[in-house]
Amino acid sequence: MSEFLQLFTQYNIIGAFWVNIQLTLWSALFSLILGVLLLMMRISPISSLRGLAGAYVEFFKNMPLTIIMVFMVLGAYAQLKLTFSDKFVVNFFWLAVTGLSLYTAAFVCESLRSGMNTVPLGQAEAARALGLGFFQSATEVILPQAFRGSVAPLGNTLIALLKNSTVAAAASVATETSSLMSTMIEFHANSIVGIFLIFALGYIILIIPIGLLTTALSNKLAVRR
Amino acid sequence: MSLLEHMDTGQASAGKTSAVPTENDRPLVELSHVEKHFGKLHVLKDINLKVNKGEVLVVVGPSGSGKSTMCRTINRLETIDSGTIRIDGQPLPQEGKELANLRAEVGMVFQQFNLFANKTILENVTLAPVKVRHMSKKDADDLGMDLLARVGVESQAAKMPSQLSGGQQQRVAIARALAMQPKIMLFDEPTSALDPEMVNEVLDVMMKLASEGMTMICVTHEMGFARKAADHVVFMADGRILEKGTPEQFFDHPQTDRAKDFLSKILTH
Ligand SMILES: Nc1ncnc2c1ncn2[C@@H]1O[C@H](COP(=O)(O)OP(=O)(O)O)[C@@H](O)[C@H]1O
Ligand SMILES: [Mg+2]
Repeated sequence: MSEFLQLFTQYNIIGAFWVNIQLTLWSALFSLILGVLLLMMRISPISSLRGLAGAYVEFFKNMPLTIIMVFMVLGAYAQLKLTFSDKFVVNFFWLAVTGLSLYTAAFVCESLRSGMNTVPLGQAEAARALGLGFFQSATEVILPQAFRGSVAPLGNTLIALLKNSTVAAAASVATETSSLMSTMIEFHANSIVGIFLIFALGYIILIIPIGLLTTALSNKLAVRR
Repeated sequence: MSLLEHMDTGQASAGKTSAVPTENDRPLVELSHVEKHFGKLHVLKDINLKVNKGEVLVVVGPSGSGKSTMCRTINRLETIDSGTIRIDGQPLPQEGKELANLRAEVGMVFQQFNLFANKTILENVTLAPVKVRHMSKKDADDLGMDLLARVGVESQAAKMPSQLSGGQQQRVAIARALAMQPKIMLFDEPTSALDPEMVNEVLDVMMKLASEGMTMICVTHEMGFARKAADHVVFMADGRILEKGTPEQFFDHPQTDRAKDFLSKILTH
């Protein structure tokens, strides 16, 4: 037991979780913005925009995240010189956020689209018939209802994002949980089960409230028709 | 109080500024040689129709005959293959701002009400005046409450659409369309989705509107309304207008077999 507690003082486990939480929050923000944009492109009257957004979503939905992360480091950073900061740690953090955001945006778009399918066509027609333009109809009538209809899938996307944030290890974010876990196991091979349980428990503690919250929100916000 | 009070000034000034032909010698809505296909299905066949200002036109016909489609072409919710549609002398614009402006002048009431489910009753009415007409929130609220009072649902203003009965929702939908001060109102089977006891409260509002001089095109099988309110009745079947006449002519002396057959079916129940 004492050895167990020692792990906590020797390694910054909480700090590692905090890195994953930060990765998740920033990526959630950017993927939400990008996802909404993609959705608006997908429902827009301009067919080239629809095609572009469709291609984006299909591409990232079918691409393993690890490959995207490796590309962010070896392609975007090493080859294309995409740099966010002179400090290595900061730079890799933002490269990871970029990769996670690009990837997750496809799933945000799909979640919102499933919410969109709960909005009857008549809502958009009524808006058009009153003289509202595409943008006004989307922002005033369609998207708010689509959001409320997609709380549950968006929650699932957020949970997947939090778990996926551990793939940031592939983008050389050395301070996050899965990297720390590997390091700890390397030096404390006899405590391997305990170490594993610490991290497993940490994620369960983070994820269960998200699930409960989105279920509650989903019921509360559901559009009554 | 008049349902149309807010429209008086708008129409008077429109009359003054209009070009040489006055409002009386050109129809407010004119469809000529309109054709429309849905894929292989020929839904509108050589539709010719004129509706003058202040006129009430009732459109009847069997299900699938193209009544809804015709209504929807008038504010370009459906495009047409050929022919022309003019509103107040102007051909329908293609897309963009002009089309939005035109739609704002053509009020539409749907069978399924289609009130915005994420907005309160009052917001449903004020949304378009604020967003499209750039009316101030205060003015829009005043106008909205006024219109809700006229259709008899002002006490429901703060509720959500799902909390209202079908009849109340449809009256709100009428108020919402009127808030844009349209030149013409289109009604596509406005009472067909209602429980029988709610039909009259909606028809009463429509009667009032008609008697105040609103130009209306109503797809409806409510014979009582058609006889009382309509100036003309049009009978459609298989995408064609087969008969047009006064309500008396049409209901009492239908000319075609299709119309006789249709009337015998709707009058026996
Ligand atoms: N969006 C559409 N796509 C394909 N066919 C349609 C569409 N809307 C209507 N139709 C068809 O066009 C015909 C006319 O429909 P509609 O105008 O709704 O008739 P009505 O209102 O008189 O019942 C019907 O056969 C209907 O199935
Ligand atoms: Mg119809």
